Amino acid sequence: MSASPGSLTCGAPPAERVITHERGQREVFCGLTGIVWLHRKIQDAFFLVVGSRTCAHLIQSAAGVMIFAEPRFATAIIDERDLAGLADIDEELDRVVERLLARRPDIKMLFLVGSCPSEVIKLDLSRAAQRLSRRMTPAVRVLAYSGSGIETTFTQGEDACLAALVAEAPAAPAESPASLIIVGALADAVEDQFRRLFAAIGIAHVSFLPARRASEMPAVGPNVRFLLAQPFLADTARALESRGAQRIAAPFPLGSEGTAAWLTAAADAFRIPRARVEEAIAIPRARAVLSLERHRERLAGKRVFFFPDSQLEAPLARFLARELGMEIVEIGAPYLHRAHLAEELALLPPDVRIVEGQDVERQLDRCRAEKPDLVVCGLGLANPLEAEGFATKWSIELVFTPVQGFEQAGDLAELFARPLLRRELVEV
Amino acid sequence: MQLTVWTYEGPPHIGAMRVASAMEGMHYVLHAPQGDTYADLLFTMIERRDTRPPVTYTTFQARDLGGDTAELFKNAARDAYERFRPEAMIVGSSCTAELIQDDPGGLARALNLPIPVIPLELPAYQRKENWGAAETFYRIARGLCDAQPGAARERRPGPPTCNILGPTSLGFRHRDDLIEVRRLLDQLGVVVNVVAPLGARPSDIARLPEADFNVVLYPEVAGVAAAWLKRTFKQPHTTVTPIGVGATNAFIREVSALAGLDASVAGAAGGSRLPWYSRSVDSTYLTGKRVYVFGDATHAIAAADVVSKELGMKVVGLGTYSREFAREVREAAARHGVEPFIGDDYLDVEQAIAASAPELVLGTQMERHIAKRLRVPCAVISAPVHVQDFPARYSPQMGFEGANVLFDTFVHPLMMGLEEHLIGMFRDDFEFRDGAAPSHLGGGAPASAPEPVAVETPAAPAHAAWSLDAEKELRKIPFFVRAKARRNTETFARERGLVRIDLETLYDAKAHFGR
Repeated sequence: MSASPGSLTCGAPPAERVITHERGQREVFCGLTGIVWLHRKIQDAFFLVVGSRTCAHLIQSAAGVMIFAEPRFATAIIDERDLAGLADIDEELDRVVERLLARRPDIKMLFLVGSCPSEVIKLDLSRAAQRLSRRMTPAVRVLAYSGSGIETTFTQGEDACLAALVAEAPAAPAESPASLIIVGALADAVEDQFRRLFAAIGIAHVSFLPARRASEMPAVGPNVRFLLAQPFLADTARALESRGAQRIAAPFPLGSEGTAAWLTAAADAFRIPRARVEEAIAIPRARAVLSLERHRERLAGKRVFFFPDSQLEAPLARFLARELGMEIVEIGAPYLHRAHLAEELALLPPDVRIVEGQDVERQLDRCRAEKPDLVVCGLGLANPLEAEGFATKWSIELVFTPVQGFEQAGDLAELFARPLLRRELVEV
Repeated sequence: MQLTVWTYEGPPHIGAMRVASAMEGMHYVLHAPQGDTYADLLFTMIERRDTRPPVTYTTFQARDLGGDTAELFKNAARDAYERFRPEAMIVGSSCTAELIQDDPGGLARALNLPIPVIPLELPAYQRKENWGAAETFYRIARGLCDAQPGAARERRPGPPTCNILGPTSLGFRHRDDLIEVRRLLDQLGVVVNVVAPLGARPSDIARLPEADFNVVLYPEVAGVAAAWLKRTFKQPHTTVTPIGVGATNAFIREVSALAGLDASVAGAAGGSRLPWYSRSVDSTYLTGKRVYVFGDATHAIAAADVVSKELGMKVVGLGTYSREFAREVREAAARHGVEPFIGDDYLDVEQAIAASAPELVLGTQMERHIAKRLRVPCAVISAPVHVQDFPARYSPQMGFEGANVLFDTFVHPLMMGLEEHLIGMFRDDFEFRDGAAPSHLGGGAPASAPEPVAVETPAAPAHAAWSLDAEKELRKIPFFVRAKARRNTETFARERGLVRIDLETLYDAKAHFGR
């Protein structure tokens, strides 16, 4: 069912979509959680959360099984002395940063990450980052962003981090050739696949944000086009645009159809003939289509319900509906960026229910009433729903697993098929 | 401001959640931003709880801060009552809500809900999880027990009765300890009136004063409530935690005295394999093994006593992150002749462990990582909990069965006695090379495994220089005692003012320090 890249304008235009907005208890992570994958991605960066014991506990719990011998993240826990003004908070922060960097001379970039408490007491971490950067330069660059739960939901932490990187990125010289930046953290293996595909298509200058090392962040300027690899990068896109870079509108590279359309959109922007793109992607696309067949048998006709989590819900629903024949009961998303998701929304079935925001209790009521075959939800809800008889897929795995691109299309489908397969296998 | 890589305890409202989630018919309305809902997954994923924790979060956002967060709280509390119909409610703030000072207690009171509503004040910037659990349990007991000042309890006719206080959700083996201790009390003929918080309803809490005495399983959680029950209802409570054979027997004697029973009934009959296993000759190699112990106060103190008195090992360090119980840990450390470590800085704990050159570490999941890095065997004895701390099998720490579990847990990570000797004798054997894991644990360490990380002690004095042949001879000593041999030799050289360590110094030191 993989549509040809040219056919993507069909479907209802986004303006006609009914998107319900809901408010109530949210059951989502805050933006600090992004540190769990960002610290693996940028290999010489350290993330220092300036927050409370709750923040430290959250990252530790979200990292869960991913405990490494020496993680490149930590929390500077604010205590009552800091709040009462008994301790000079700048001096305290300097002391903590010095201790940290003394232990890790390999660190080249330090992120001071704001939290709910640091935002509420109006701690100016940008200023602190500038001060520390001046002191540590050139050994370490210090940046700041907020991952606070009062401002960011889960993946928005990555958005805030990348926006901070864009603000500090080197300027691309005016005479530099047109180049492409892929924006959004991708697994290294996926990045390498895309690099090869762009080379085959004929786009010469391609870089990735974030880069794997602090010193390799791409330069930004008016000759730069950028392609979002993730749907949750509103601030990053705005920061890039404010420096003259232009966004290439496209669906997201999930599934064979999404990946083909995403690559084609980039090629169009670089005025590369469609025939050349078709030729370059024919083999991996055929592989992707093939890899989906096995899972389509299990998934076709099954009804899926999305709880809000990562903002990946709409592209994932599009993939499940169009390439695996699943029926979408509800797409819950913490936030829907209308412009960045325009191509995705156009591809969704016309009458699908889309709910932005969350009231978890009412959503659970709807879920129970609808009795879907598969529920995509966070870790706090998964086991309770399983105990009620629902098959669930943890949404966090969709963020932590390499799922983008042709070679991962089958893996992505498998993530949804596995809970159903498991129910067939287990007899106890 | 404290630099924290890993934390041993969550914030105090997590302690309150552990109490509320353990109970039936209790609901917790928590004024907190959206990210704080991560706490649900501790219960649903680590403990594999099959229902959502009974917690409603207000999940306020930045844009609410300019508006009416108090109204948001009132709506959340009202909706939670309507939806869940709890018998009682606890209300409070997480760290961020504490800063905006909305007074959840007062707001909830203004709703005039037809159930008891207990306000919690849990200072998030001073206190931690266990303190929060203890305070919450105490506030709940205070809020729900009808406390008539000075009401002297009458001893009722019939068998003696007690409450079991302390087990919570996400507790380290609380589920199984409770079964084991109930069995002991059954054998003694003591009737259990109420178990709390685990499984208790608010109406059960109101019945706490009816028991003759209280069994305090975990002082970290139940200490404050038990002290209040003693003051208010003249209910005495136990002080011995029944972890290990000796402590279990002492617990039986204490319970018997409180219940007015004959202690000889249950003592020997309960039995444990630990005493014979420890005296059997294969355990000889445990003698004097250097053990570093770290955990919450209750489990750390108990483990130190078990390894030294029941397994014949040597405690070379004892520490806790439970500042509230620093005094008890200091006293225990003095009994073992070691410096106590009181603190929750993971980096300091790592340094203390490395400096004491242990052959076994008993700690938390965090010490497991330290031990892995130092290539020292380790067993987990205490929270913070991990999914592995909720084993499918019955695995208590308390009572006689608990003592059996402890024997296995502490001994299995070690290289077995004969294996240790063989490595010493045939040190160039390719399968017994440095870093080979104990054979019964399967798979060897990778051949390229790094040397133990040397953690610099800040005030380390200058060492005497090692001669090449002494250094080579040192390499022949099995890796798991090499660090100790190096340290002993350097101490020996320093004490004698030697600037150079040669072969003779190495063997002189061996003779000097020989066990």
